[in-house]
Amino acid sequence: MQIARVIGTVVATRKADALANTTLLLVQPLTPHGQPAGRAIVAVDTVGAGVGEEVFFVRGKEASFPFHPAEPPVDAGIVGIVDQRTVEAP
Amino acid sequence: MILGRVVGEVVSTKKRPQFEGAALLIVQPITPDGSARGASLLAIDSVGAGRGEIVLTVLEGRAAGEALGRKGAPVDAAIIGIVDQIETE
Amino acid sequence: MLLARIVGTVVATRKDPRLVSHKLLLARPVDPQGTLEGSHLVAIDTVDAGVGETVLIVSGSSARMATGLKDTPVDAAVVGIIDTVDLAE
Repeated sequence: MQIARVIGTVVATRKADALANTTLLLVQPLTPHGQPAGRAIVAVDTVGAGVGEEVFFVRGKEASFPFHPAEPPVDAGIVGIVDQRTVEAP
Repeated sequence: MILGRVVGEVVSTKKRPQFEGAALLIVQPITPDGSARGASLLAIDSVGAGRGEIVLTVLEGRAAGEALGRKGAPVDAAIIGIVDQIETE
Repeated sequence: MLLARIVGTVVATRKDPRLVSHKLLLARPVDPQGTLEGSHLVAIDTVDAGVGETVLIVSGSSARMATGLKDTPVDAAVVGIIDTVDLAE
């Protein structure tokens, strides 16, 4: 999993049927110290996250597990909202 | 699996139910001599690892779910061991 | 998933039989502002996307969960056409 900040929302009307009623959020991965790291990606929300919140997300087919038994074609999913992170000095 | 060092932890109240009770640790991948390499990641702890410890981390969903002991958990990384010693030539 | 722009199409006559009748699109990732960045990739179309459109691409084994791609040897699929991206600030 990785820590990220939700930086935006993505709207797509024409999409895979299995993605109907999903919320797609744009997330910017962060280092443990909160610095942006790498490119922003689109992740499906499964916990009610909102823009500006710090979250953690899972990559891979596991991102579809919260929708079981449905198997939407997603490869990144927000699975938790970060309340607090404690990290040793860099 | 990869070798890593636990550099921090994350607290989350609102999360998928499969994560309840599991610690979320920030792991920095390391080389066998202990130098940091690549980007850090977030892993579920299944062995009681703590800050500063060298750990063995599995980076595959099914294995991570097994480590957590919960089927269908949306996880992709789990700490499955604490390293006592690394020997290299 | 990635945001990407469709920049072309790919035609392959000789290919894995499971790819027959699937449209291959040439895509290049874009940043949240829509600027092209990074390397091109080829993705299977499942939503009738066209050149110039901004799309949502799913990668890895998840791509095979897209409609009609079960058991096909692919690792990227176009699963949505982006209408808008709303950014913070």
